[in-house]
Parts: sequence; C-alpha cells; structure tokens
Amino acid sequence: MGMTIAEKILAQKSGLSAVVPGQIVDAYPDLVMSHTATWRSVTVMEKIGATKLYDPDRIAVVLDHIAPAKSEKNAADHLKCRNFVKKYGIRKFYDVDAGIAHLVLMEAGHVVPGDLIVGTDSHCTIYGSLGALGSGIGYTEVTSVWITGKLWMKVPESYRIVLRGTFSKGVYSKDLMLHLIGSLGADGCTYKSVEFYGDTVQSLNVSERMTMTNLAMEMGVKCAFFPPDEKTRAYLAARLNGRSYQEVQADPDAVYSRQIDVDVSTLQPMVACPHEVENTKPIDEVAGTHIDQVFLGSCANAKYEDLAVAADILKGRHIHPNVRFIITPGSKQIMLEAMKSGVLATLIESGGTLTNPGCGACAGDGGILADGEVCLSTANRNFLGRMGSNKSSIYLCSPATLAASAIRGVISDPREL
Amino acid sequence: MEQELKGKVYKFGDNINSDIIIAGRYLIYIEPDKLAEHAFEMLGDGFGARLRNFQILVAGRNFGCGSAREQAVTAIQGLGIKAVVSCSFARTFYRNAINSGLPIVECPELYGAVSEADEITIDLGAGEIRHEDSRYLFPKFPDSMRQLLECGGLAEYLKAQVK
Repeated sequence: MGMTIAEKILAQKSGLSAVVPGQIVDAYPDLVMSHTATWRSVTVMEKIGATKLYDPDRIAVVLDHIAPAKSEKNAADHLKCRNFVKKYGIRKFYDVDAGIAHLVLMEAGHVVPGDLIVGTDSHCTIYGSLGALGSGIGYTEVTSVWITGKLWMKVPESYRIVLRGTFSKGVYSKDLMLHLIGSLGADGCTYKSVEFYGDTVQSLNVSERMTMTNLAMEMGVKCAFFPPDEKTRAYLAARLNGRSYQEVQADPDAVYSRQIDVDVSTLQPMVACPHEVENTKPIDEVAGTHIDQVFLGSCANAKYEDLAVAADILKGRHIHPNVRFIITPGSKQIMLEAMKSGVLATLIESGGTLTNPGCGACAGDGGILADGEVCLSTANRNFLGRMGSNKSSIYLCSPATLAASAIRGVISDPREL
Repeated sequence: MEQELKGKVYKFGDNINSDIIIAGRYLIYIEPDKLAEHAFEMLGDGFGARLRNFQILVAGRNFGCGSAREQAVTAIQGLGIKAVVSCSFARTFYRNAINSGLPIVECPELYGAVSEADEITIDLGAGEIRHEDSRYLFPKFPDSMRQLLECGGLAEYLKAQVK
C-alpha cells in the first residue's frame, strides 16, 4: 500500500519500511529546536541530573520570544541558554539579533525536505513548506529528545487539500488559510497531516507556503506539507552550501482519509475576528471596524514578501493619524533585504515604527493593548488577552488588508486602494 | 498515581486555548504554584481562585488548543485539578498532560450529562467514568502512557533512566 509524506518520513526516522495511521513509532528527529523556552528545558535537564546529549548537532536554539531581554529574569533565562550552548558545543545557536526561530532556521539551511523536526513551538508545522515534518512539543519533551535522541509519535491520518485557480487581486495565501480555518474549524484537522496539491500550488512562492503551513496549525494539524518542487529546490539551492537531501513525495496510491477542494479564484480578503482564529468573516462584513494599532509581524506574515506587499500599498501614502503601525521583520536577513530594497523606508515613511526582528507583539513583547483597544495583525492568533488587556481585541488579516486598513483607520478592503 | 479520581466538576465550553489557561506573560515561571496564581486570569479576576473548589475539569471540543506551552498543564495542576475530561483535546496539550503526569480522558458522551459541581469518579484502571447511576467508557491508556502517568511524568521517568 502506498504511503503519504508523513507516513514515509515517520517510517524512515523510526527505521521501518512501512507504517500505517494510528501506529505508534519511536522516531529519531533530525533537528530539535527550542526558542526562548530553552532555559526551561535546561532546567529540566539539571533537575534530572543528565549530562550527556544524544547529538549536539541535532539541536538548534534561537532566542526570539521576549528578546532582547526586558527584565532581569529574562536576562537570567537568556544567560542560561547561552551557557548551555557553550557548555555542550551547540553550533546551531542564534542569539537575540537573529529573528523568529522558524524563519531563521529555514534561511540558514537547517531545514530540508524529508527532515523530522520537533520543537517548543506549535508553529513548527511551518517546516512543511519545504517538505519537512515539523511538529510542536513541550519543553520537558525537548529535554527528553536532547538526551535520548527520540520520541514516540503516532502516525497521523492524512488529508489532501486540492487548490485550483488563481487568486484575485488583493487576495493572498493568508486569506485562503483564514477561509479554510473558518470553514473546517479550529479542530477541523486535529492530529491530521495535511498535504497541499492542485494547479494553484506551483504558483505559490515559498513565502506563501510558509504562511500556509504555519496557519495550518490553527486547524489543529500535527504537520502540513507542500510536496517539494522547483520552487523548493530554488529556495534551498541558495542556502545549503551543497548539503544533499532526499525529497519525500507521497506515493500515487497513498491513502487520504479526506479530500478538501478549494477554488481560490472565488475567495475574497478574509479577517479573523476576536477571540478565535476560526471566527472568520469576509472583508465586507467587518470593513469599517475601528482600529488603534496594526502589527505587521510574526512567523505567519513578516517575511520579505509580506513587507513588500504592504509597502506597495503604502508607497507615497500616510497611515491614519489615530493608528499606531508596528513593523517587526521576521528575521535580521529579512530586515536587511527590506533595508536594501527600500521597502523598509517606505513602511517607516508611511508612519510605521520599526522594532527589532523577533516574535515581538505577537508574543506580548511590546505593542501591548490597553482596555478597549483594537489591533489588526498579520499574526496567527487572536486569543483573548494575547496582546495585552483582556478587554482588548485582535483581528487577523493579510499584509495587504493591514496596509489598506492602516491608511483609513478602520478595517478596509485592499482591493479599494 | 491514584486509579480512582473522584471530585467536583467545573465545566468549560469548546476551544479553551492555552493562552486562556495561562497567558504568555507568565511563561517566565515554571513552578505550579506561581502559574496557578495566574491561571485562567484572562477570564476575569478571581476566576482561577474559584476553580480551586473543583477537582475535575470537563470541557467541550479541542481543549488546550493553540500554543504548545507546557505551562498550561502545570497551571492546571497547580490549581489542584486532578484530571481533565474533554470531548477532544488539541494534540500538544494531550502530549504535555501525559508528560506532566496529569490524567486526561476523551469522553464526549459525558459532556452533555454533567453540570457544574456534579461529582464524578474517573476509574483509570477500569476505563470508565461514573456519574450518578451512569457509566461512561473510555479507552484505557496504553502501557507507555500509563507508565509515564504512574511515574508522575516524563521528567521523573527520565530521572529514573539517567540513574
């Protein structure tokens, strides 16, 4: 019987020739990533008295949440991470200057098709944009993988999502994902692996694929994939320094428990309303909603392409005087690229304020909302109180909708500008 | 770990996410007591403190969705909650609960039958929940998970392995 991408990767990483959904395997990840939560995993390691790592080269540490340190406690936590990577010779370490872990690790060439990657972040699903299986785990389990090299994993059932057609002007992969999350629900794909196919896929660049596999988490997936293709290879060629990899594709007779078809040409800009991502509405139902702050950031939509989409709309314009515009590039590399191309200057000239690369306001690091305030954000979560007061509200949208809304001071349709 | 967990129920709806259980600003803590002080704070002042009067949480679909933060489980344990019964769980919460030694059970049939402050008994050995005169069955934990729960979680299990 044929296998899906998730089945093939889990079989390979557990030394088996074949696996079936529901089977529990002992898998050996290629990479275990941890972000600022690393200090907690180090604390567990100390508590249990372990002093040996399975393989330091399979460990990556990136300080992205609450970075640079905002308090003495943060500073002590960061120091604990730095001491750990020095002591154990962990070379894949990125300090507070680098940016959001997921983007940094992909940019640095640490993620290749066929990899199994686990980490202290639910949005590890983003690695599927390059054909790798990424999935989130807790910090204690990270310690366990550091020491033993393995973890138990249940082989998930797989869904096929088939995309057809071309996006209309002003509609992006973020809108597609908000549409899917709204129609399938926050648990529509719980414990499932999702693979994207269809003629739309080849037109999606790697940045859009990252947005989609990232947002797939908000339907509960264990992992999500774009099968590797020319776009994947081109992205990797510039980053791997000749490191080889084996692409993993699903077999033609692989078994999917569900197929979901979407004609993307019928979609319009979408907005997720407070306080759940599944609470999505088409733009015309929320247009006119008052906003106080817009946040262009997060692992979902702060890549160079996202900043460029916003800059295209904001060029030569100024944001509404009642709106605060926070720009948090996803990584240092993205920030540099946006500096060189002029995108950053456009965003700042339009009235934006630039912060250092990282998780920023999405993780409550700056940009805190007061009682009654409303933020429109390109991030992936709008949960109650996530950005400050439990009397504040968060709406989620694409970078284009964000830019149009910043100009008008209310949620606005980017197709009108 | 006790095989029979008996207690008063507090009932939640669907999609209780891990940001609601413990807000991101408190992830600077890992201690159950400190996290419990701020558990469910987003739902209003004193909400977490009121939960200390209950021993078992019963929830609708997708409990623990969102962030993979392990402290969502630790905060619930800090409140003195002995178990969570839900129609379904998000996968990271499920994993973190077993790894933290918190018994969690999927039992959609129970949800409509219980009300706040009802008393229920979860019999982990038998794989059943008793409420008034009714019994609700759930699949027993596989050996690997039962072992983790009995040790009190993954850290305790690893400690024994390292020695």
